[in-house]
Amino acid sequence: MIINHPLLGPRDASEFVYLGDAALMKRPDWQADDAAQQFYEYLYLRDNIAGQHRELWYHEQGDRSWLVVTRNTETHEITAVELARDVATREGHAV
Amino acid sequence: MRYSAFTVIKQALTGHKDWKPAWRDPEPRSEYDVIIIGGGGHGLATAYYLAKEHGITNVAVLEKGWIGGGNVGRNTTIIRSNYLLPGNEPFYELSMKLWENLEQDFNYNAMVSQRGILNLSHSDPQQDAYARRGNAMQLAGADSVLLDKAGVEKLCPFLDFDNARFPIKGGLWQPRAGTVRHDAVAWGYARGADTRGVDIIQNCEVTGFLMENGQCLGVETSRGTIKAKKVAVAVAGSSSRVMAKAGMRLPIESHVLQAFVSEGLKPIIPGVVTFGAGHFYVSQSDKGGLVFGGDIDGYNTYAQRGNLPTVEDVCEGGMALMPMIGRARLLRMWGGVMDMSMDGSPYIDKTHVEGLYFNGGWCYGGFKATPASGWCYAHLVATGQPHPVATEYRLDRFVSGKMIDEKGVGAQPNLH
Repeated sequence: MIINHPLLGPRDASEFVYLGDAALMKRPDWQADDAAQQFYEYLYLRDNIAGQHRELWYHEQGDRSWLVVTRNTETHEITAVELARDVATREGHAV
Repeated sequence: MRYSAFTVIKQALTGHKDWKPAWRDPEPRSEYDVIIIGGGGHGLATAYYLAKEHGITNVAVLEKGWIGGGNVGRNTTIIRSNYLLPGNEPFYELSMKLWENLEQDFNYNAMVSQRGILNLSHSDPQQDAYARRGNAMQLAGADSVLLDKAGVEKLCPFLDFDNARFPIKGGLWQPRAGTVRHDAVAWGYARGADTRGVDIIQNCEVTGFLMENGQCLGVETSRGTIKAKKVAVAVAGSSSRVMAKAGMRLPIESHVLQAFVSEGLKPIIPGVVTFGAGHFYVSQSDKGGLVFGGDIDGYNTYAQRGNLPTVEDVCEGGMALMPMIGRARLLRMWGGVMDMSMDGSPYIDKTHVEGLYFNGGWCYGGFKATPASGWCYAHLVATGQPHPVATEYRLDRFVSGKMIDEKGVGAQPNLH
């Protein structure tokens, strides 16, 4: 697979480390009343989608940026690559 | 028809004209006592043991494609019971005992070959860990032999003992482990279940569940609605997709594992050998091909194929372990979709829906578990209680904190 890095251009997927579903960026509120249940679901349960999947890749052998890659889990076709920082800022869960 | 040497000779003398199909191809009925979703090794084994051990024969196995077309046909055929934790080892040892008597039990040649497995150690701490594991195995009634370097040399003189980075210090040898003709496992269980009255319905995809008041009353399929008192799901690889139809999210990610076969070679590998400093395992098929594999690719996928960096990684592991493998040519490779659970261990459990049962999360260790998985799942579905060796395979263990963390590294969906 080739990941088209927004800053560096097309890079081989072997340069990256995979973390998982991009929903992992939305960390639950630890002060919520049901925080234990929310963290259980956050840590352990997955949508595990067959089809378009937004996921986190880390460019370890490159510029060490986190990316949000939209990839089809049935065909491995990559349709969008964004910096995770930009996605987090846009969706309002930047730390 | 019962298979025996006598029937083979009789058929040979009469031109092989009287062989019958090994199982029927029935139309689905409108209602069953138990529906099993998934005609793979685990689903068919469950149907077989439901009929044979519990006398429940009004059973249908629904398969969206053809039986044995998933991971039971896409693995590296290894059987073993060299686990460590008390939640795992008795289960896998039960599986090993069932493997040992399987062919006589279901009257089918599954080519069970107990040629042994050797896990190599490359450091003193790793050798200590294997000593501990070997003791844990013996406590559960399994067999294990701790070998020193000389013992490994005697067994596998072709390994790279001069490797400066990963010297071979010894290994853990389980003589009763081995390999099995994987397709024959599916076919043998299918024939055994069918003979006892189970309907095996192929090309029948489940499209939804019939739910009423928190109870599962049957399934919608591509061949119509089928009612059932109990529905048991065994579709590892597609678990999340199927259980989403019942409104459930699972502690599972789907990943691809690749496997490889070289051209046919003269006998060289005595059993199964695993590299302890990377991830590489190899055995030799009866046709002579070296069958080997390594890590999963490491990203979510439902495509039954992987990518080249993992191929390179696996082959590097092979070269580090036994440099002579570099002279063999790769004949073919394939990928299978794995239910990677969050602690590397499987699930055999009821769900919160009455009458709906779940079996999955086998990571890439499902094949060796086939007989015990069917045995314990049938026990759960028939009696409503988990089998004594499978009590820890609960779906809610991440809530309660009772994980079965065989590898000891915490919650990650990329474990074995």
